[in-house]
Amino acid sequence: MSQILELAQSKIWEPTGLSQPDLDKLFSKLGGRDVDYADIYFQYARQEAWSLEEGKVKSGSHSIDQGVGIRAVSGEKTGFAYSDELGLPALVQAAGAARAIAAQGQDKSVNLSPRAGREFPMLYSTTDPLTTMPDEDKVRLLERAEKDARRRDPRVSEVMASLVSVHDVVLVAGHDGRLVADIRPMVRLNISVIVVDGERREQGSAGGGGRYGLDYFSEDRIREYAHEAVRQALVNLEAADAPAGTMTVVLGPGWPGVLLHEAIGHGLEGDFNRKGTSAFSGRIGEKVATEQCTVVDDGTLPNRRGSLSVDDEGTQTQQTILIENGVLRGYMQDTHNARLMGAEPTGNGRRESYAHLPMPRMTNTYMLAGQYDPGEILSSVDKGIYAVNFSGGQVDITSGKFVFSASEAYMVEGGRVTRPVRGAMLIGNGPDVLTRVSMVGNDLELDTGVGTCGKDGQQVPVGVGQPTMRIDGLTVGGVEV
Amino acid sequence: MSEIVAPGEHTVGEGAAQDQEKLAELAGRVLATAKRMGADSGETAVSRSQGFSVSVRMGEVETIEHNRDKSLVVTVYFGRKTGSASTSDFNAEAIEDSVRAACTIAKYTAVDDCAGLADADRMATEIRDLDIDHPWELTVEQAIDMAHECEDAARSFDNRISNSEGATVFTHRGTEVYANTHGFAGGTSGTRHSVSCAVIGEQDNVMQRDYWYTSNRDFHELESAAAVGRSAASRTIRRLGARRVKTTQCPVIYEAPVAASLLSHFVSAVRGSAIYRKASFLLDRLGEPVFADDITLSEYPHLPKATGSANYDGEGVATQTRDIVQAGILNNYVLESYSARKLGLETTGNAGGVRNLCIRPGKLGLEDMIREMGTGLLVTELIGAGVNNVTGDYSRGVAGFWIEGGRIQHPVEEVTIAGNLKDMFKRIVEVGADVDTRGNYRSGSILLDRLTVAGD
Repeated sequence: MSQILELAQSKIWEPTGLSQPDLDKLFSKLGGRDVDYADIYFQYARQEAWSLEEGKVKSGSHSIDQGVGIRAVSGEKTGFAYSDELGLPALVQAAGAARAIAAQGQDKSVNLSPRAGREFPMLYSTTDPLTTMPDEDKVRLLERAEKDARRRDPRVSEVMASLVSVHDVVLVAGHDGRLVADIRPMVRLNISVIVVDGERREQGSAGGGGRYGLDYFSEDRIREYAHEAVRQALVNLEAADAPAGTMTVVLGPGWPGVLLHEAIGHGLEGDFNRKGTSAFSGRIGEKVATEQCTVVDDGTLPNRRGSLSVDDEGTQTQQTILIENGVLRGYMQDTHNARLMGAEPTGNGRRESYAHLPMPRMTNTYMLAGQYDPGEILSSVDKGIYAVNFSGGQVDITSGKFVFSASEAYMVEGGRVTRPVRGAMLIGNGPDVLTRVSMVGNDLELDTGVGTCGKDGQQVPVGVGQPTMRIDGLTVGGVEV
Repeated sequence: MSEIVAPGEHTVGEGAAQDQEKLAELAGRVLATAKRMGADSGETAVSRSQGFSVSVRMGEVETIEHNRDKSLVVTVYFGRKTGSASTSDFNAEAIEDSVRAACTIAKYTAVDDCAGLADADRMATEIRDLDIDHPWELTVEQAIDMAHECEDAARSFDNRISNSEGATVFTHRGTEVYANTHGFAGGTSGTRHSVSCAVIGEQDNVMQRDYWYTSNRDFHELESAAAVGRSAASRTIRRLGARRVKTTQCPVIYEAPVAASLLSHFVSAVRGSAIYRKASFLLDRLGEPVFADDITLSEYPHLPKATGSANYDGEGVATQTRDIVQAGILNNYVLESYSARKLGLETTGNAGGVRNLCIRPGKLGLEDMIREMGTGLLVTELIGAGVNNVTGDYSRGVAGFWIEGGRIQHPVEEVTIAGNLKDMFKRIVEVGADVDTRGNYRSGSILLDRLTVAGD
């Protein structure tokens, strides 16, 4: 038995006296002739957050959430119940409720044998990140961030900083005999500042993190975030109104990859495509981008915020090619949608917690590097916008229309970056935006570990990335006509 | 201890009173534990909820989900130092651990002169019947039938309805007890029921989606399942054939369901935490005009059956009916006791936010407003969160309809609207009588005399 599995069992099962035979009992309750698939998801998560404002760490909080989610699937039907009590009676009750989805049949006896030796490459440490730093040092870390920001420029008037660490232990048992565990750390530091110059005030924020311990936040890294937040705010102090209308847009590397997440990623999630509700439905093999564009979803990058050793259904994650040299190649799948579509799961079955049903979700979604020097891309633009930072985005899966909101952008005039413009929404159409990508840079970057994706009310951490990219025609939602 | 009894408990019968009693006992234990561990004062919120939802898609049951949640949050104060913790485990040991975790955190947080419970003399004493607890004896089978009826009505509405995301019926009931070491303990039980539907239409190989929902604390007040289905379908059909418009500046109407978003941007800017952090575009505007001079925004926390109704806020402070904006003038901020102390003001009973914020409706219906506008954009959907709370800069993606000659010309998509909220609030020239009462922010359709529309 793997070490992770032992750890997870001792964390989740031992305190309540649950054991393997109990699982067999539950699965025999869940299984019936109409049940195609059933799984039980155990979770223990604890989180700690500290926050600073006005130079002081004024508040901190600690939370523990644990429970079990039980699912029974029959054809396209899913029954789901969860309990935050882990005792066997509560589990039996939840199993009964979940199973009601299928027509009643005989209880089926199930023999759940753990797959001995089923090991996954571990992409992160099993150490609880809450324990990786003494509490007084967590406080000092935030105080340091504050000082770094204030030292950077006298116009800094407010600094807010927060530090969050999460220790998440999951254990997934499937009626097919799978018994898989994962222990997932997550840390996140965020710094936001307000700068004031005369009548104008502006904000900037920066941060990062990933599946690390708190020692990830070295003094250098903290300073980098603090300076970046201040730099952004100062740029925006100088910004003029953004233009309105359709124009050439150059996106910077890294976090602007949120474009790919919204414009391409969601539309390629298996559930929407099984149901035929995505603007990308039935378009595998079609050209949806210029040849320079290759886009992947990759859950296997060590320590990244969007990475998982195994997904929430116990499937090992992988690199999935979504678009290859402009051609649509594949969807991201969980087990349910993969089975119904006759495809293989891709390790994209994710859920916010035991209290939520899994569904196909992205991990780290990014575009591979191209051939152009970023300077060459900018100098090719006669008139347009250069957008380097975004605050987020959204997409209408069915019509394919997506937005993403620039928080730091510049005018490009005569091949030169000239002056900053205020934040503006960019809007486009997912299935054709990449057909207007005329230049892809050689400077692929992933974001610093800040993304959270929401779908059907479920939040999960994700990553994005891309090289510098030129798009010939995207609508910029400024005010200046 | 001033015991507060939940509204409506007599009619509910089994459950509410007992639930509240049990949670109140638990809350008492939590506070006693905090005291035992040396805390000078503390507060706790303990809640339990349960319900279920069923979804039907393309005529088949898709999901049946049973929800059952509980949570306990505790905040402790050691002098002016704070720590808090939460847990979903109500076992004695887990609660002990959580209170200890909160106490440990309080050792490391800084002394903060404004920290602490709300003042004792502000605790709610008058408890009205808000009529928010209406448990629905709905079986899963009945819910499935309703969802079928809803989706069938949508799918048979028009032959261009080609696909469906399904119809969902949801029912939910929660009980919460808030208690603090002033001796205040209040319990509330409330229900929420909804029916929703989203369908897809297709024309010339292009798909559009839209949805509709009904939601109420009392299931008797829900729209019929079939009516919800028909609204979802007609809203989808009217979007078929959408196209872009040219970049321009023109008047814009926000249809009532999206107009409420303007109220939420206002609240974000007058919330105490945004003001004392100086992170608001409405900083230092108290007593000044921030809206057009015929606009009044009021909070009605005691409306029967309303989404946001409550007798006391998240700190036990009595909620109050008040005009936040009167004749365009900003009367007061939205404060809980911490930010009130920071600002040298009194709490306005808004720990946890505003409750049933309403913009005073005018007399015109949406059709009259469209006629009044003449030429411009009617916005029915907003996407993306493009609002800067510090500067008021506003830019969002929209879908809707192009209006000319006071009539709808064609559906519009893939355009943005942009402006600055400071200016936009003053450009409100009409608030419709067509108030959407489903949410915590209540607004009729809103007409602004000019915004920038970016498109072709």
